[in-house]
Amino acid sequence: MRQDKEYSVEGGLGLTVRRVIAYVVLILLTFLCLFWFYILFINASRTHQQLSAGFTMIPGSALITNFNNVMHGTQPIAKGMLNSFIVAACASVLSVYFSTMTAYAIHVYDFKAKKAIFTFILAVMMIPTQVTALGFVKLVQGIKLEDSFIPLIVPAIAAPATFYYMKQYMESALPHAIVEAARIDGANEFRTFNTISVPMMKPAIAVQMIFTFVFNWNNYFTPALILHDDKKKTLPILIAALRNADWLKFDMGQVYVTIAFSIFPVIIVYLFLSRFIVGGVAVGSVKG
Amino acid sequence: MANEPKKGKSRVVRYNKWGYIFLIPFIAVYLIFQMIPLITTIYNSFFENYLSGIKQIGPNWIGLNNYIEIINNGDLIMYAKNTLIMWILGFVPQIFFSLLLGAWFADTRLRIRAAGFFKTVIYLPNLIMAAAFSMLFFTLFADTGPVNAILQNLGWISEPYQFLSHAGGSRGLVAFMNFLMWFGNTTILLMAGMMGIDNSLFEAAQVDGATSTQVFFRITLPMLRPILLFVMITSLIGGLQMFDVPQVLTAGDGTPARQSMTLIMYLNKHLYSKNYGMAGALSVFLFIITGILSLIVFKFSVQDNVDEVKPRRNRNKG
Repeated sequence: MRQDKEYSVEGGLGLTVRRVIAYVVLILLTFLCLFWFYILFINASRTHQQLSAGFTMIPGSALITNFNNVMHGTQPIAKGMLNSFIVAACASVLSVYFSTMTAYAIHVYDFKAKKAIFTFILAVMMIPTQVTALGFVKLVQGIKLEDSFIPLIVPAIAAPATFYYMKQYMESALPHAIVEAARIDGANEFRTFNTISVPMMKPAIAVQMIFTFVFNWNNYFTPALILHDDKKKTLPILIAALRNADWLKFDMGQVYVTIAFSIFPVIIVYLFLSRFIVGGVAVGSVKG
Repeated sequence: MANEPKKGKSRVVRYNKWGYIFLIPFIAVYLIFQMIPLITTIYNSFFENYLSGIKQIGPNWIGLNNYIEIINNGDLIMYAKNTLIMWILGFVPQIFFSLLLGAWFADTRLRIRAAGFFKTVIYLPNLIMAAAFSMLFFTLFADTGPVNAILQNLGWISEPYQFLSHAGGSRGLVAFMNFLMWFGNTTILLMAGMMGIDNSLFEAAQVDGATSTQVFFRITLPMLRPILLFVMITSLIGGLQMFDVPQVLTAGDGTPARQSMTLIMYLNKHLYSKNYGMAGALSVFLFIITGILSLIVFKFSVQDNVDEVKPRRNRNKG
């Protein structure tokens, strides 16, 4: 191993110089990523008067007051958080469970339509849901499910991208021999799936649960078309409503706290689980 | 099929019907919530169906008139152009920094310390609620907001710069947010691709005395071409769906003068005003474009996966 030999070839930059440039760029980008959240935190902790007086880099002490004002204010933010949580939690559980089941069907069994179905799912994987939004809204109106969470939760069962990730993961983590061993032990297929295969998929399930939860927590387009009742609205709709209203009349401290409470829960969870999430990004997309 | 139990075919066949059973939830939900809406969307595009004031017009069959109108009134072209401009403005710096960072992270000689920390930070904005991020930028870049205050304190500008009153300002903000939200994701994808390149190529180049720049342009980039294509097309598909950020930033108006109005904002507008005929025609256009782009991704990157399905092998996949 001659790894330590640092050499600079004629015409190229020395390793030390390249390293310095790399760190400078990385630190600048880190600043660019975090700066906004720092200002958000500062501003969420200051009163409306302090905010109008001008900007400082030092946090204020009104965070709790602002938060209480939001919770007891006219905008149903607390209810919105609860709604967002219900939709995101239910959608992610259903999506991940049934995507694993779909991937299991393709991975474990051999049947005639297998290749056709697999091809179809992958071919439609990239097509955005927005292009069928019109038909979706009409369908939801037709079956009288406007202002209900069902049209936001149940469709998550058919999630081609989650399916693809699960399928990729199964290739390396779920040997057919295990399924066959369970069969010899007399377990039926459904039980084999639930008690043997699902537990073996835990790492992939965790990663996809997080991704699906975050996607649904953040989702704005579809919920905004389905939910009209203030009591049913999710957080992104309420945030967009803040923008559409005459926002200058609002207590800016409250506006910042509302934004903070839609962003920071995700950041906190992410900081604990980032290792798995960042590691999981590349797996489901492409193969080398 | 050496791994299958030898005890007669019927047992295997009996198991394999479970493949269909396990597919039922996916297929049923897909048919109801994706397939039927797609068909109704296309169907609606052939009808005149909108509200004029409070008067409902239609639905009347008008054939391709919605398509003709949407092309002729010029809006579609304008919004497609806006969307593309904002996508390109965000994508160019995104791919530049992602290639740079990916190459640095994957470089074994450079040995970046705290790479885990940097990856965590640059991926973070991808998980942020786009609507909230956009609202945050709206308040920060407002005429009386902190960014203008900082710039004025530094003495760089004397009057507040009205970001949303300039096409460059609001398009630039949208592109900048998209860049921040996506460059971490792209970096991780490209880095994974770079790690997958056969190390002996780099070693051979080193022996031949190639500089790091030469290695990057002569080895890394050419070997990365399939992944670059994948990243570019998926990003373009994502760009065509651009909605939350410009919608919230400009309150749905695409200020100034609809210069930052995107295709999906246009679709959203028609859906809200219940102009279902035009919304249908627009959706069909978007469906065709994204469908073609999806097929390219499918052909170049995921099809191998389908082809691997048939012969079942016990592989030790790396």
